[in-house]
Amino acid sequence: MRIEQWVYTIPLRLRSLFHRVRLGTELDEELRDHIDRQIEDNLARGMGAEEARLAARRAFGNAAVVREQTQDTWSWSGIELLLNDVRFAARTLLRTRGFASIAILVMALGIGANVALFAIVRSVLLNPLPYTDPNRLVRLYENVSVGGLNIPDCASAGGMYLEWKQHNRTLADMAIAGWMDYNLSSAGNQPPEVVRAGNLSWSMLPLLGVRPALGRNFTADDDKPSANPTVLLSWGLWRRRFGGDPTIVNKTILLDAVPHTVIGVMPPNSSLPIISTPTTQLWTPIFEAKRTDLMKMLDEHEFEAIGRLKPGVTEAQAVADLTLITHRIHDQHLDDSYVAFGASSRPLLDSTVGRMKTPLYALLAATGCVLLIACLNVANLLVARAAARRREQAIRAALGGSKLRLLRQHLMESLLICATGGTLGFFLAASVLRWFVAVRHDVPRADSIAVDGVVAAFTLGLVLLCAAFAGTVSLLSMRGEQALIALRESSRGQSAGMARKRLRSVLLSLEVGLTVVLLIDAGLLLKSYAQLRATDLGCLTDNVLKMDVSLPTARYKGTSSIADFFSSFVDRVRNLPGIQAAGLVFPGVPGDGQGSNDNFTIIEHPPLPPGQADVANNRWCDPGYFAALGIPLLQGRSFSSNQRPGHSTEIIISESFARQFFPGENPIGKHMTTFN
Amino acid sequence: MSKPSDLVQGTLDLLILKILALQPLHGWALSQRLKQISGEVLQVSDGSLYPALHKLEQQGWIQAEWKPTENNRRAKFYSLTRLGRRHLEKEAANWERISTAISSVVRLTEV
Repeated sequence: MRIEQWVYTIPLRLRSLFHRVRLGTELDEELRDHIDRQIEDNLARGMGAEEARLAARRAFGNAAVVREQTQDTWSWSGIELLLNDVRFAARTLLRTRGFASIAILVMALGIGANVALFAIVRSVLLNPLPYTDPNRLVRLYENVSVGGLNIPDCASAGGMYLEWKQHNRTLADMAIAGWMDYNLSSAGNQPPEVVRAGNLSWSMLPLLGVRPALGRNFTADDDKPSANPTVLLSWGLWRRRFGGDPTIVNKTILLDAVPHTVIGVMPPNSSLPIISTPTTQLWTPIFEAKRTDLMKMLDEHEFEAIGRLKPGVTEAQAVADLTLITHRIHDQHLDDSYVAFGASSRPLLDSTVGRMKTPLYALLAATGCVLLIACLNVANLLVARAAARRREQAIRAALGGSKLRLLRQHLMESLLICATGGTLGFFLAASVLRWFVAVRHDVPRADSIAVDGVVAAFTLGLVLLCAAFAGTVSLLSMRGEQALIALRESSRGQSAGMARKRLRSVLLSLEVGLTVVLLIDAGLLLKSYAQLRATDLGCLTDNVLKMDVSLPTARYKGTSSIADFFSSFVDRVRNLPGIQAAGLVFPGVPGDGQGSNDNFTIIEHPPLPPGQADVANNRWCDPGYFAALGIPLLQGRSFSSNQRPGHSTEIIISESFARQFFPGENPIGKHMTTFN
Repeated sequence: MSKPSDLVQGTLDLLILKILALQPLHGWALSQRLKQISGEVLQVSDGSLYPALHKLEQQGWIQAEWKPTENNRRAKFYSLTRLGRRHLEKEAANWERISTAISSVVRLTEV
């Protein structure tokens, strides 16, 4: 029955959609025909011409109302009314162009910022990791206590990982990862380049449930110190450097001058959080790539250990299990305070993106404020409009205009502003996100951020929410308004007018208040940023270039060949035109981060109680380093040029070091030993 | 003057369908026929016929066609569709049942 009815009515529905004008004229003709026939009938009954016309009209009723009521029965008449309302609202907005465009821009900013942040929060914080059963994956940490300083979430040492892997009873499997840079040698017309590499134990990919897109994963035999070097290429490197060569598997590439066999190509990095960053170019097996002794050490905390919980095992049980193992190892190495005494864990996703939570949610709060301001702004507009249209609305209500229709017209303006702002905001968000993904490689999982259907649906939801919010707030001003009072002259309508004024000033105060909050936030942020920029690193930062150089260990064996390279290298750099000074430093310049630190004792001082040690950051540099960075020598002299590999006997300390460890003494000529 | 009851108003659709079931008519002829049949009981203005006609058309129960009439004029003629005929049968049966029930109740109270 329903289907049959549809078949009958579809042509009609289409007609009433596309031929509304013709339908209208036909209706006019039909009604006119009726009246004409009635007039003729009346004339035939012997009425006078004028009387016949009037009688026919009287019998027919209000022709305009009949026409309207008839049109209402047509399909799509709801949509037609809606379009009318939209047109009306657009016309009203166009009349106050300045205000409307500012309201729309603020709304676009509010919605755009929120949509962009929603896309980031969703992709970075909320979406589960794209791995098999990601809820059972945990990042494992060691707990280390050095010189009274507790480091709860310390990176893993290779030796401890081996102990855990061998003795744990709570994990289905474990894997370990590290990072290093390789020199990828030139080939054909491709220049050499430094590539960022991940080092993975062979268990990593099966643990996560990932398979290479091409070729195979590392095997246990690849992941040994004595194995032939193998490498997995990233999707990006394979496309960029090897032109997506489908026969790349089993070919050989030179990494640090060592031939490595390509065993496979991984899927794009965006689908490989944890084991890749946007700049990761390839992966090598960790026990083959890293120094054998390093992977056995218990006190070099350089790696990321990941585990998969056995079914039915909780994170706490796994931590208790690993802690027990760690206790035993710790008790066997009481002389080395860098050996961990305990274990801890965090869900894998949390360990990767946890540090982004606070800044992202703080930003979300700020953009929420912007959106609230935009909504209040629109609400304010609507309140003003309602005031201006009070009499009109009252007259229409008195003439039988439906309440719903009046309300809809009132809300249409808000919906129009929000929808236009939302559309603008959506495209704003899309372009901002593209920029963000391209630039912010430091945000984990940034490459998985995408503008998709969910984000579009979120935008739509936001638009409707804002329109409804602004409309509802503005409705407060019409509460209790009587049509009759509105129709009378001004004096009687004053109580409602007062309420409206109050509402407007409340809205305005809220807007100003929120704006002040945002301004203070932004000001503080800018100030922090300016202070960070203005931080005195104690050296020159203008016109200073820093370049990282690494040598292929296969070709530079022995420290003297490395020293020879660097001394001739820095000499040649000094002779380049435009270079004023050059120096060498390891592991980094000031501002690069902590770099390296070491325990030390001052021989002339009384020994510290056992278990305590002094720690300081250290760098290795050549005599030209201080001059190149403009670091002044306050006392004593610079390094003499006879400091050759294996024969270095000189140390230069910083002013703060002297203040801390040689108070009231002259440090020149004193002696220190380090444990390294 | 008492208003025609809503019950009678609501049966306007049924009356239109019934009249059109006998023969296709244009709006004015239909209104004349309605007056003829129902006398003064149905106090509806001529115009109120049209929203009802167009609604029935939109529902697929009647269809309209412009046809020439006398004196080189034309008029919109309405006729019942197959769907409308079935609907009419159902509605007429309904009406029968309800009016029988109601009149028997009304008679009861008068005793």
